[in-house]
Amino acid sequence: MTFADDNFAPVPRTSSGGALSSSGGSTNLGDILERVLDKGLVIAGDIRVNLLDIELLTIKLRLVIASLETAKEVGIDWWEHDPWLSGKSSELQLENERLRARIEGLEAGNGQREVIEARRAEPEDVD
Amino acid sequence: MSTDDVAVWLYAVIGGEVADDRTGELTGVDGERVRHIDGGDLSAIVGTVHLDEFGEEALRRNLENLDWLSVTARAHDAVISAIARSGPVLPVRMATVYLDDERVKELLNTRRQDFLAALDLVTGRDELGVKAYGDLAALAAGGNSAPQPAGEKRSGTAYLMKRKQQLTAHEKAHSAAAAEAERVHATLLRHAVDGKQRPPGEPAVTGKRAWTVLNGTYLVDRNRVPTFRAAVAELQETTIGIELEITGPWPPYSFTGDVVSS
Repeated sequence: MTFADDNFAPVPRTSSGGALSSSGGSTNLGDILERVLDKGLVIAGDIRVNLLDIELLTIKLRLVIASLETAKEVGIDWWEHDPWLSGKSSELQLENERLRARIEGLEAGNGQREVIEARRAEPEDVD
Repeated sequence: MSTDDVAVWLYAVIGGEVADDRTGELTGVDGERVRHIDGGDLSAIVGTVHLDEFGEEALRRNLENLDWLSVTARAHDAVISAIARSGPVLPVRMATVYLDDERVKELLNTRRQDFLAALDLVTGRDELGVKAYGDLAALAAGGNSAPQPAGEKRSGTAYLMKRKQQLTAHEKAHSAAAAEAERVHATLLRHAVDGKQRPPGEPAVTGKRAWTVLNGTYLVDRNRVPTFRAAVAELQETTIGIELEITGPWPPYSFTGDVVSS
């Protein structure tokens, strides 16, 4: 077994020294929300907000934030190397090219016929 | 609703003695001047907020708005963090709102013993978060992935064999990660007063190559924070296929409910 050294930061990423740093704009929003929504003294206030709603929201946010951060961290292009996804996309590309070729053919040769057909349709509309 | 309608947003509970000095010139979630409500040996850190933004209906709507939520969450945390710099603090969960100061005083009275005990627990201590991300590829490679037999045809059987190997490697990676996460957590607990594992993130969305295997948070004596950090760094050196991330120090968000709820 070897160390895949690219994947390991030798020193933990957070740099903060001694002071409480969580108020800084640089602190990860997910980390803050995890604490201010999930934790702290949970006391029933006079104004009732459904806690379950908040928890659901937190989970939703966690998903969004986690996926964005991961995309950033692992390199935004990871899906391009996924054989299933890349296979899928090239198939789409081929189909796209086929359709484009057909459209070009139709536009080049058959513009006349479209007009005729449109005229022929008119009397029917009057009925 | 008139904009004159106001309520009291609760940020934190602290000891009563020096509350005046500790609120200073802080600005809260509604841009309001943060103040304190005196409750004898306890004080509540509060702000007066407008109901048209922080009332029940408005809150329900606003909490679903990521922009509003992120600004408000940061403001709430900023007040608590600032208070925490000057002494022990019990952070209160965001969106705890009372009708008036009297209601907050009642709260301090009825929960006095709980709050005092919780303050004792967090005095001189900070919260540090440690997350461990598993590297699927590195962990799977750590297992003995048998080499493909040379010259084998791509038959259905060969495919199934290969697939089975992949699945086994995947399982191995997961159990290796779980074991490493457990070792990290156990080691860090030795440098902390208390520690908890929170639910890790969803593997489906944390990506294909990295997923959260440990989402731990620890209450650490302030004078032992450097030791704790050193322990994290050392674990990073000795842990295979896991990347550690440390956050904080935080106000003790995760360690205020223990005394209160029990």
